[in-house]
Amino acid sequence: MLDIQETTLDTLKPGEKARITKVRVKGAARRKLFDMGMVAGADIELVRNAPLGDPMDYRIKGYHLSIRKEEASQIFINRL
Amino acid sequence: MEKREIKIALTGNPNVGKTTLFNALTGSRQHVGNWPGVTVEKKSGRVSYKEYDIEVIDLPGTYSLTAYSMDEIVARDFIIEEKPDVVIQVVDASNLERNLYLTTQLMELGSEILIVLNMCDIAEERGDRIYIEKMQELLATPIIKTVATQKKGICDLLDKVIAQKEVEQHHGHEIGYGSEIEDKILEIEKALSEDENRDKRYPLRWVSIRLLEGDSNVKRKISDSPVYGRVMEIIDSIDQEEYEAEIADKRYLAINTIFPQMCTRANDTLTKSDMIDRVLTNKYLGIPIFLALMWGAFELTFAFATPFMNMIDIASTWFADYVSSSLQPEWLASLVGQGIIGGVGAVLVFVPNIFILFFLLSLLEGSGYLARAAFIMDKLMYKIGMHGKSFIPMLMGFGCNVPAIMAARSIEDEKDRLITILIVPFVSCGARLPIYVLFAGTFFGRQAGTVIFAMYVLGIVIAIISAKLLRGTIVKGKPAPFIMELPPYRFPTLKTSIIHMWDNGFMYIKKAGSIILVGVVVIWVMASFPWGVEYGSEESYVGSLGHAVEPLLKPLGFDWKISVALIFGLVAKEIVVASMGVLYGSGDSSEALSERLLADPGITALSSLSLMAFSLLYMPCVATVGVIKKETGSWKWTMFAIVYGVAVAWITAFVIYQGGTLLGY
Ligand SMILES: Nc1nc2c(ncn2[C@@H]2O[C@H](COP(=O)(O)OP(=O)(O)O)[C@@H](O)[C@H]2O)c(=O)[nH]1
Ligand SMILES: [Mg+2]
Repeated sequence: MLDIQETTLDTLKPGEKARITKVRVKGAARRKLFDMGMVAGADIELVRNAPLGDPMDYRIKGYHLSIRKEEASQIFINRL
Repeated sequence: MEKREIKIALTGNPNVGKTTLFNALTGSRQHVGNWPGVTVEKKSGRVSYKEYDIEVIDLPGTYSLTAYSMDEIVARDFIIEEKPDVVIQVVDASNLERNLYLTTQLMELGSEILIVLNMCDIAEERGDRIYIEKMQELLATPIIKTVATQKKGICDLLDKVIAQKEVEQHHGHEIGYGSEIEDKILEIEKALSEDENRDKRYPLRWVSIRLLEGDSNVKRKISDSPVYGRVMEIIDSIDQEEYEAEIADKRYLAINTIFPQMCTRANDTLTKSDMIDRVLTNKYLGIPIFLALMWGAFELTFAFATPFMNMIDIASTWFADYVSSSLQPEWLASLVGQGIIGGVGAVLVFVPNIFILFFLLSLLEGSGYLARAAFIMDKLMYKIGMHGKSFIPMLMGFGCNVPAIMAARSIEDEKDRLITILIVPFVSCGARLPIYVLFAGTFFGRQAGTVIFAMYVLGIVIAIISAKLLRGTIVKGKPAPFIMELPPYRFPTLKTSIIHMWDNGFMYIKKAGSIILVGVVVIWVMASFPWGVEYGSEESYVGSLGHAVEPLLKPLGFDWKISVALIFGLVAKEIVVASMGVLYGSGDSSEALSERLLADPGITALSSLSLMAFSLLYMPCVATVGVIKKETGSWKWTMFAIVYGVAVAWITAFVIYQGGTLLGY
């Protein structure tokens, strides 16, 4: 196995890329995230934070998706 | 020769060009309405092509067909229940991968689908290559390239639609979910199929997959079935969340395996849109630019609208006078002139405002900036228990509450939307300004500006407190998660914006119009009867009502005249000023009215302050009440908005008046 450290999506810095390993978000948001392409195995990059620090602007599957830190902290990733 | 009918539905992700394509297909022959029972907009139009009469329905934009929002449920129910001959998925060629997720779901629905590859110009400019032949083969559906903005590919599309309708091929492209899930699907299918009376329009496999994904809407649909218990046993035996994740994974996996064969994407270079975002959502520049844009939009709304508003005002006043003086008998002249034309005119005055507001909003939306506005404001809004998307409706409320409440449609979460609708009426709209101008101008002299500004702040503060209060009591919970696409910036098309403006402006006239008419007539009757009294005088029913409510309003510093004016103000708040004019017998001259107000010992600076606050808060005007009813679909919430508003207004005015009296003002 590769020795990569698993962290959560909210720890990503602008410009950093990662691969999603698990989505632990619950409720309706869970399915909505899946619909938007946030599934295990997808590559994701943090583009920037909103001017007030939250939410975040991520690039995934070739488009920009914005979610709050709260949800991002329940999405597990491996940094690339 | 009789034309043959074809019904087609346009579906697809938001922002892929559905509406543009719809307009290109149908020209101006379209009709906007609501889906029965829900506030999602429904557009249908017709196009004659060769020997066919084609009806086109523009379904709401969705990312998937799960039951996350009303839009999604409307879209899928339409496809299943109305069975359009052809379902056209409009796909953004420059964002294929995510768009195909919806395709996988549409195919499961078992309908005839046809894919329109729109925005080919953007994909080509960027250097993407899409292999159409290969794509058709892999997806087993016809694919048509279009550029909706340039009307390219429209005839080709119509030809393919006809071909599709005539051939009736069935494409059975299905995704396999792996043996474990497939076993469960089979189990559920088997259980379901034993119910002879099931709704056969819904494919068994689709229902089964939905149930495994925990779709509550589908669950409700089969809850009367005799096999419901059996099905639920199967569902309860699985790890729901795992299945949900697994099913989504499998769909994307299916896309990932075919995607590289049909498209090679240009290297990820910095697009123009990314560069614009570097400025517009910049850490330091983002907020100042946002504020400047909002302020500009606001200024523009009023600057452009004012001359038109004045014209409508003059015209309706003239018309009312003309009718009053020429109609017989006198009561009819009064009903039509003072009542109907006067009241409806007072509301029509806002039509220019609303048209311009919607036009600018459509430009902002079409350009992609509206999504950024929600992105920028979300953190602040979240702090007061609201969603980022609530910001725009609240801002629009300063112009007019009616379109503001309509704009709340873009909020998916029902609770977020409800709270927005309930607090928008506290945002001080343009119609309340004349009241402040009259009273602040009369009683506060050089401090008038400060007083007016304080009224705007008061409205915002009350809105914020109300949002917090509602969140803690009857609309419990946190704002829904913020999960939103930031679409690429585009040049909005003038035509789309104008159509958008027209549709919404017209909707306002229609909806507000009917309710206002009723309200106006009721008030006219109350002001004119019993038979023979002077209109709106002390002896009329309105006068009696004024006297009746006087004890309630006395603690706020209001006498019966102000009470009557406030009752009239229910139609539209600026009527408060007009009826003060009538009651003080000062005609239309505001200077004369000012003098008489100053001379009346019944009104002091303090009671006028209390009156301004009360007028700001006391109850949404009739047009707003009508829209609240329409948009919430519930009399209960409409009544709540009214009662809550009156209560808040009373308490606030009471605090101002009694507090002020205690302090010796
Ligand atoms: N370049 C380009 N822009 C397009 C095309 N089709 C639509 N647009 C633009 O894309 C934006 C979104 O279009 P719209 O029809 O509102 O999308 P909808 O949300 O799917 O209804 C608008 O600014 C359109 O002008 C196209 O084929 N090429
Ligand atoms: Mg549209």
